[in-house]
Amino acid sequence: MLLIPCPYCGEREETEFHHGGEAHIERPKNPDAISDEAWADYLFMRANPKGIFLERWVHDAGCRRWFNMARNTATNQILDSYKMGEKPPKGAR
Amino acid sequence: MKSLSKYSIFSLARNALSHHKGWGKAWRSPEPKERYDAIIVGAGGHGLATAYYLAKEHGLTNVAVIEKGWLGGGNTGRNTTVIRSNYLWDESAAIYDKALKLYEGLSQDLNYNIMLSQRGVVNLAHNLHDVRELKRRVSAIRLNGIDSEFLSPDQIKEMIPIIDTSPSARYPILGASLQRRGGVARHDAVAWGFARAADARGVDIIQQCEVTGILREQGKVTGVETTRGRILAPKVGIVAAGHTSVLAEMAGIRLPITSYPLQAMVTEPVKPIINTVVMSSAVHCYVSQSDKGEVVIGAGVDGYNGYSQRGSLPIVEEQLAAVCQLFPLFSRLRIMRMWGGIVDTCPDASPIISKTPVEGFYINGGWGTGGFKATPGSGWVFAHTMARDEPHELNAPFKLERFTDGSLIDEHGAAAVAH
Repeated sequence: MLLIPCPYCGEREETEFHHGGEAHIERPKNPDAISDEAWADYLFMRANPKGIFLERWVHDAGCRRWFNMARNTATNQILDSYKMGEKPPKGAR
Repeated sequence: MKSLSKYSIFSLARNALSHHKGWGKAWRSPEPKERYDAIIVGAGGHGLATAYYLAKEHGLTNVAVIEKGWLGGGNTGRNTTVIRSNYLWDESAAIYDKALKLYEGLSQDLNYNIMLSQRGVVNLAHNLHDVRELKRRVSAIRLNGIDSEFLSPDQIKEMIPIIDTSPSARYPILGASLQRRGGVARHDAVAWGFARAADARGVDIIQQCEVTGILREQGKVTGVETTRGRILAPKVGIVAAGHTSVLAEMAGIRLPITSYPLQAMVTEPVKPIINTVVMSSAVHCYVSQSDKGEVVIGAGVDGYNGYSQRGSLPIVEEQLAAVCQLFPLFSRLRIMRMWGGIVDTCPDASPIISKTPVEGFYINGGWGTGGFKATPGSGWVFAHTMARDEPHELNAPFKLERFTDGSLIDEHGAAAVAH
């Protein structure tokens, strides 16, 4: 059981949360103008590192807010969580 | 080295006379050569099958299979051994049924008993929507020439007396699909059989050798860097389920793959109580009984990606709660072992068996939670792809470019089971 540090509520058990996949993916500003490759990259291609991963979570059984987290995918060690719009913690890329 | 002998009733009798001390090794442990015609990264079932079919079907025997751990120690040794080909879409049905047909003759072909047991695979329907969906799929599967039938609750109860089909059940059972040709095979034996047969044809299986880099020159692959030195080859195929993204990144390729832990567990051994495979997509479980008597239970994937081969505990709790509702007597069983494997999933829940933008570099991965059943078919088409530098018609739809041109093969839920 992971203990996830919600930036708003503090540490809670993982069953209160849902995972939202890779963080910091921006929808292309002008989808009509970009190539199929760039669109596929936005839609489907994902970082899948064995190591530090920046990801989104939602605390849906708590404050129901989205936030980001840096986690090591090999060990499940959580480096830190941070609010949407904030920069990832140091040491996480 | 003692030459590999054919396994038969006569060799069994002959070795019995010497108290079974004279059996030779099933495969060699060679030092890596400087150069091969082809390198396969990953000595799991799919990689070993690829090497076997490269040698058998395409005459390519100067081949190395490189493995960072021990052969068959990844997902090949961690799955729940279920085999079936009841897939909805034509592309999937074709490749999975090719695999099932190869499985049906595999013990003879490899001269190795893979203990295939075609005891049937039952997919449960728990609500009216499930019933309609399953009936549609049964028809679609039959149109592809694959056996499939629909069972009523009474027929299910007759076949599986320990299942709870009462109307008041937490997960009421309104019907099921059945593929009688489906079943289980001994997963380790599949890896060992392919390893022995590939080795006998001259393939070098190099264990304890981790690939640390993919060598390239002017957009062409030239070999791999490993913990045991540089090994050269004009063709490199990666068949390293779970770690496909990690290896592809070494060649500068970004993939639509995300890796998740998938868990399974076995109970203490008991007398025969269930003689088929039961799956339920609604409650994410699949259950069968091993020849040793253990009840083998497969779970759903974890809620977040990762490479820890353990998986998260809440999944186990949900899993066992659901299984005990379906099979009330399982509540008396004790879990003996539980483990996790890393599955690499694609957005359309279909594999990638494809050439890549790097010449001579091939990818076979993204099988998600269901790679074991495809093992011989996967190796067969991937050998074709690597030997001829073009896909076989069976794996042509499973190209990497489908994510760009939009020709996805959306098997999410289509196979009536969690992916």
